[in-house]
Amino acid sequence: MHSRRPFRFLGSVIVAVAATLCAPRSRAQVPPRPAQATPAGRDGERAPDYPVRPPAPPEQVAHGQQVFQSNCGFCHGSDGRGGEAGPNLVRDEVVLRDHNGELITPIVQNGIPAQGMPKFGLSGAEITDIAAWLHNQPLSDRGAPSTLDILVGDAKHGEAYFNGAGRCTQCHSATGDLTGIGSRYEPKTIQNLIVSGGGGRGRRRSAGAAPPVNAPPTTVTVTLPSGRRVQGELDHLSAFVVALRDSAGTYHSFARHDSIPKVVVTNPLQWHMDMLPKWRDADIHDLTAYLVTLK
Amino acid sequence: MMKTATLLLSIALCLPTGPLVGQGGATDAWPTYAGDYSQRRYSPLRQIDQTNVRHLTLAWVRRLTAGPDAGEGSWFGPPPGPPAIIGGVAAEPVNMPGSTSGSPRLAGSILQVNGILYISSPDNAWAVDALDGHVLWHYWWKSRGGIHIGNRGMAMYGDWLYFETPDDYLVSLDAKTGQERWHKEIADFSQQYFSTTAPVVVGDHVLVGTGDDLDAPGFLQSFDPKTGDLQWKFYTVPMNQGDPGLETWASLDAARHGGAQVWTPGSYDPATHLYIFGTGNPTPAYTAMLRAPRDEHTNLYTCSVVALNVDTGKMAWYYQTSPNDTHDWDATQAPVLFDGMFAGKPRKMTMQASRNGYVFVLDRTNGKHLLTAKYSDAANWAETVNAEGQPVRNAAKDNTVAGSLVSPDNGGATNWNPPSFDPRTGLLYVVLREIYAMYYLTNKDPRMLVGLGGSEQDVVGSLGTSIVAIDYQTGKLAWKYRLTGGSGTGLLTTAGGLLFANDGSGSLVAFGLRGRRSPAPLWHAQIGSIENAPETYTVDGRQYVLVTAEGTLYAFYLQ
Repeated sequence: MHSRRPFRFLGSVIVAVAATLCAPRSRAQVPPRPAQATPAGRDGERAPDYPVRPPAPPEQVAHGQQVFQSNCGFCHGSDGRGGEAGPNLVRDEVVLRDHNGELITPIVQNGIPAQGMPKFGLSGAEITDIAAWLHNQPLSDRGAPSTLDILVGDAKHGEAYFNGAGRCTQCHSATGDLTGIGSRYEPKTIQNLIVSGGGGRGRRRSAGAAPPVNAPPTTVTVTLPSGRRVQGELDHLSAFVVALRDSAGTYHSFARHDSIPKVVVTNPLQWHMDMLPKWRDADIHDLTAYLVTLK
Repeated sequence: MMKTATLLLSIALCLPTGPLVGQGGATDAWPTYAGDYSQRRYSPLRQIDQTNVRHLTLAWVRRLTAGPDAGEGSWFGPPPGPPAIIGGVAAEPVNMPGSTSGSPRLAGSILQVNGILYISSPDNAWAVDALDGHVLWHYWWKSRGGIHIGNRGMAMYGDWLYFETPDDYLVSLDAKTGQERWHKEIADFSQQYFSTTAPVVVGDHVLVGTGDDLDAPGFLQSFDPKTGDLQWKFYTVPMNQGDPGLETWASLDAARHGGAQVWTPGSYDPATHLYIFGTGNPTPAYTAMLRAPRDEHTNLYTCSVVALNVDTGKMAWYYQTSPNDTHDWDATQAPVLFDGMFAGKPRKMTMQASRNGYVFVLDRTNGKHLLTAKYSDAANWAETVNAEGQPVRNAAKDNTVAGSLVSPDNGGATNWNPPSFDPRTGLLYVVLREIYAMYYLTNKDPRMLVGLGGSEQDVVGSLGTSIVAIDYQTGKLAWKYRLTGGSGTGLLTTAGGLLFANDGSGSLVAFGLRGRRSPAPLWHAQIGSIENAPETYTVDGRQYVLVTAEGTLYAFYLQ
């Protein structure tokens, strides 16, 4: 599908990449549907993409569930999402088109003999309640974060990797910068940080982001033809302009003409970038299992 | 004539005489989505070239405003445009900023015919004078909703225009006045279809795709340009017992909910009368357990390049670029058409740089596979390529509960933004994104996963975004130009030896092409967040370059 991305930025963690990603409203991603409809109208908030069904009375939904489970659940699954013999009804074309059972009722009462579905002697009111329950089922959890336990790794292996092959101790220390990281972040956040390094590029910070992980910014050294060097935090870089803020906070920008002035960018997270093609998922999982023990 | 011109040009520039030119490229006008049917986005115009592009300057700027009030000016100045002509079926239109008000997202192609530009965005269409940018008419569609992610442009047949709306209508306008001729419902709104693509007119057919992010089946339809009557409808997944491809699905129910949406325009080959287009991912997107439990379940015709006869809607051939995709990596990138030599023989070809990080070259007359190559260094989801040239997915790189580090990210190695093929060098220029994400499966019960549900993807790093030049004969990169910014929105090549691109840092850049050497940035204009692929055409004897940024049109020419 298309790609408006629900890029789940890890706070500012991913800002390094955020610069890279500012465009991708390509069309695959769409945020999850709001639970409640917002009033239509030009001055209101943005409306949900698709009309939200008015909620049915809870007792009707409960009764619909009861009737469904005892009559339909055997084939369609007790949750309506498909069983051995019957298809998933929650995403079914007829169910999606139906409003109050008007399309579902004739199917239930007449059956679909060609597909092996018998007819059911349920009343119109009962089928309306079934419809209310079906329409109450969430369609897609698109965009919802994982709440599953991601910890599968071996902490001992992770510790050995941290101190050995992973060469993490070049920059990090379990008793220094990573002290207590297991208390500060959820396991999934720690795992993502292991890969990303948690840094930000220059001064760019995504709006609403969590406080940045303690990682130094990308810096740049500009050497002018006169030999003068200007150094600082990278602000902007293109083929035509380079801009930075020096240690006093003063902004400098320079026109670029081919290789003049000389521009050297230093990304403190270069190691993490270089690791991207090299990681084994098992090492990531083991490292996560180890770092979560650093309480 | 084009062949001769190309040959002479190739000799003059000492370029390898690679492919011959199949169909003529876009010239004075830009009458279709890609300027011509080949989707090469290569213009033979050369008034602007490497020697003078430094003098390219602004001809005019036109900011557009979406919605019914766009024509209401302030007290202090002239009205920004004529009052909107209002259409649509919704009694009370839903509020969608960018559609009902504010700045539209002008991500699509713009038509230029007889000195008039025709522009669309979700629910909005405009005609603008190409000489100075003033608005001739503005049409606004009252929407009942649908995902308003974008609109890829309009199609034209004589004096009639066609565009699609997010709430699944094909609307035809009179190009002279902007008045509506008719509208036709093209997909079932209750199944959450939404329509973004630009229709393509071929002969007496308006070819119309649509999209869906739930578990609805994909299809391409052909409508009569005069009446809007349906001529044929081709489903991209098996819909009935006995349909071809059904054996590649776990069940008929899975196939009928299998996706394969047609949400980008295809290419057309007049010689074979084939319309060649890409299809989207299978659904549910992120787990194959219920739709493809076994190896033979490749889920046809998802993630495929498909060729149909435009008169009958019957499939001539297909080639699947991602058998049983599990990452939402549609194969909807432009299948570019060109002719040339391949392995010592003249061939009529189509080439797609796919979202999955691989590029494919096919014989477009019969779908025969010619070449597969990985153009993304980062792509790590497949370890091998099978005998048919298809990457073989590594299941360990699916969405997993513990998380898998995978490239591309969801946005893909490239996406729908148009590439450009240079017939003089045989190089396909593509914006390549080498981004990594952790892919987490969020629900262990596949029955709960619908559409794009069940996945959390956290971007964790990038090797950068580049423009790459892919040699169609070898699949190898002739060059890779790393952009300082991160986004690319489509490319344009001209016979003036120029490549126009968004640098991702807010500039439209003209690169000087130097054969197989890395291109040189020669000119730029900082105009903000660029939204569409640049285009070029001639009006009143002058070559223009047109691009959009932040709801605004920018036209450049040589002063």
